[in-house]
Amino acid sequence: MCHVDQIIAGHEELGKEHLIPILQEIQAKEGYVSRAAMNKVAVAVGVPQSRVYGVATFYNQFRFAPKGEHVIEVCRGTACHVKQSLKLAQHLTRKLNLKPNGNSPDNKFTVITVACLGACSIAPVMKMDGEFYGHLDVDKLDRLLDDTMKGASDAGK
Amino acid sequence: MRESSLIAPCCERCTHRPASPCRDLIRCLAEGPTCHSDDACAKMRQERMANARRGGQGTLIFVGAGTCGRANGCTNVIARIGAFLQEHKIAAHIIEVGCVGYCQRELFIDVQKPGEPRLAYADINLGNIDQLLEAVFVRSEMRNSFLYGRHGEAGPEWADIPEINTTDFFKQQVKVVLRNAGIIDPGILDAALAAGAFRSAAKALCTMTPEEVCNVVLAAGLRGRGGAGFPTGQKWNIARQTPRAQKYLICNADEGDPGAFMDRAVLESDPFFVIEGMLIAAYAIGASKGYIYCRAEYPLAVARLTEAIEQCRRVGLLGNNILGSLFSFDITIKQGAGAFVCGEETAILASIEGGRGMPRPRPPYPAIAGLHGKPTVLNNVETLANIPVIIDRGAEYFQNLGIGKAAGTKVFALSGTIRNTGLVEVPVGIKLRVIIDEIGGGALPGHQIKAVQMGGPSGGCIPREHLDTPTDYGALIELGAMMGSGGMVVMDERTCMVDIARFFMEFIRNESCGKCTPCREGTTRMLEILTSITERPVGDENKRLERFRGVLHMQELANTVKEASLCGLGQTAANPVLSTLRYFRHEYEAHVIDQRCPSNQCQGLAVYEVDNATCVGCLLCKKACPSGAIIGERKQAHYILVDRCVGCGTCVTSCPKHSIHLVAEERACV
Repeated sequence: MCHVDQIIAGHEELGKEHLIPILQEIQAKEGYVSRAAMNKVAVAVGVPQSRVYGVATFYNQFRFAPKGEHVIEVCRGTACHVKQSLKLAQHLTRKLNLKPNGNSPDNKFTVITVACLGACSIAPVMKMDGEFYGHLDVDKLDRLLDDTMKGASDAGK
Repeated sequence: MRESSLIAPCCERCTHRPASPCRDLIRCLAEGPTCHSDDACAKMRQERMANARRGGQGTLIFVGAGTCGRANGCTNVIARIGAFLQEHKIAAHIIEVGCVGYCQRELFIDVQKPGEPRLAYADINLGNIDQLLEAVFVRSEMRNSFLYGRHGEAGPEWADIPEINTTDFFKQQVKVVLRNAGIIDPGILDAALAAGAFRSAAKALCTMTPEEVCNVVLAAGLRGRGGAGFPTGQKWNIARQTPRAQKYLICNADEGDPGAFMDRAVLESDPFFVIEGMLIAAYAIGASKGYIYCRAEYPLAVARLTEAIEQCRRVGLLGNNILGSLFSFDITIKQGAGAFVCGEETAILASIEGGRGMPRPRPPYPAIAGLHGKPTVLNNVETLANIPVIIDRGAEYFQNLGIGKAAGTKVFALSGTIRNTGLVEVPVGIKLRVIIDEIGGGALPGHQIKAVQMGGPSGGCIPREHLDTPTDYGALIELGAMMGSGGMVVMDERTCMVDIARFFMEFIRNESCGKCTPCREGTTRMLEILTSITERPVGDENKRLERFRGVLHMQELANTVKEASLCGLGQTAANPVLSTLRYFRHEYEAHVIDQRCPSNQCQGLAVYEVDNATCVGCLLCKKACPSGAIIGERKQAHYILVDRCVGCGTCVTSCPKHSIHLVAEERACV
């Protein structure tokens, strides 16, 4: 839990206004926001725990379960929808046997669907571990996943 | 941190220091020195400026490294170029630029050799980069199969290569906001200064009163480019005339509309002009503190902005007493956390204050009581990027850019099933057909455009027959769509319009903040109705009835949500439903009455068939079917009962003989 303390200590001012940035930093460091972290933040910022929880759950960015080794964000924007991104999402769910929280059983992958990644011109798009992959189809996705499982991550481009 | 060499003093007589800035600094860089006359200093200034304008000395390689460039593998390509240059002992600089807008043909790589024009090569990837490099650097074949065009004027020996702005994709475009995108290095202040950045800020801060600035923007007829289209100058005047010691300026970069990505491109490709726009806006309203509220999904934009703000601070273009005008202003970046509703202005305020991003009723408008109760102006990225041009070239110039009564240009993000995807900047008022058919190149081969979705979840679908409509705020609203932020998703006959309406409703239902009942409940009910008609009513007799009843009530429900919701999100939530109902009623009828999807998109209405000739009667599909829709005995051909089938397709994947297939409707493109 020392990360959370460090992050809180790193903020000179601690007002209501800093609540979201602190939560974002915690998530960036730990991959998710745990209940214990939210409680600490509530004490530090001086607002009720319910409020921290309310804010954190309001925004789509925050996760409350640990992330897998590789994080896949599948874009479900309009352009991607028109170009069959639903099939990609369904394929991922089947292939990786995803649990309802988006993690694969071996915790190797976490799949998140996002509203729009803002790369509509190369739809359908997804982002894996910070890298964008465009013009996808099921075959390309399969190759990408296989390569990732093998450890090489630069294929499929 | 990259240092600005342009701003460095020419000799010890230069009086500019970030702490005590020179009022004439920006003019001095281009025409200077202005405070003393010395030929050596003048020559130094000119050389520095020429160097910054070109991007550096020697051979330059410009690589499109925006988000779409990265998705097309520019990181690996850049590494490969570096390795190639080393292998062949070639001296050249690689410069990462933003996005030129023609995303379909990414990667774009420009090469500029000394004494030659800057030539653009398209369709580059890791597979063919070596071919290009060998042609250009080993064999000196500048005219090769990758050549797309040249930038700028060049001598007669280059006349056979088309200037990039005369090519089909660019010739109808008028670049104002995107003028530097993909051209200059967005990571260094010098490149922006050489392109004319901060000239308008200097003019506004040092020679104009805030009132004059507001009036020029008002006279230019600039309207908010984020969606609502409120006149920018009017908004500024309200805030300017509200007497409070502390005021705020917020740049709305929470581009949440699926299908819109122009703000991302502007921030990634030209962050300094947005900062300049903010500086002028802040001066006009008297704000000393600015925020950029940027989506968390845009990490590259955030990185470029952070870098740009830091560089501006170091040379005194942000901070106290900017350019000796006694005006002080600084910018903080706030990262959004993924809530679509935070594009609404009062929701942004709530989010910056650290709460849930829920809108509140207006009035009071933020321009009177906004962030922390202080007057606050919120402007979209594209709006702010227009400001320097208006100040620099005057209201009349900007006014005349538009067609008819409309003023200025608008950036549209073209995507979907169209030949050329990318960002296009055209005069406001241009006909949709020009954008779709001429710039976009029309439908994909073998397909036909059915509709264009404009304005994201708040907008509507415009059918093919109405493509002659001008892109004008009023004309689009009459059609039931809206300009919105400028996302344009083209759909062909393979897209089901009921499915699109359902898709948007699902989006809005998920993104509704839940504060007001019409939006929270109304969108949920509308989604239920739309879902029920995209599925076959299986089992329960009531479901059959409910489908009809739902459709009867949908229009009324949609109008109620529209009229009674608190904020823009709810008020426009029904637009995708209303516009598709208006133009594609027959598709709704096919779904409701005939229980079929003319575009074969709605999974829940899919009809499957067993091929009797190949079915071996193994029972696997029968066991796999979740709704007991398959009948048949062992070793006998099976049969699917359409009435019980939910269209999930599980049987197709379970069949070892591939005997089950989809019965496709003949696609009707209407």
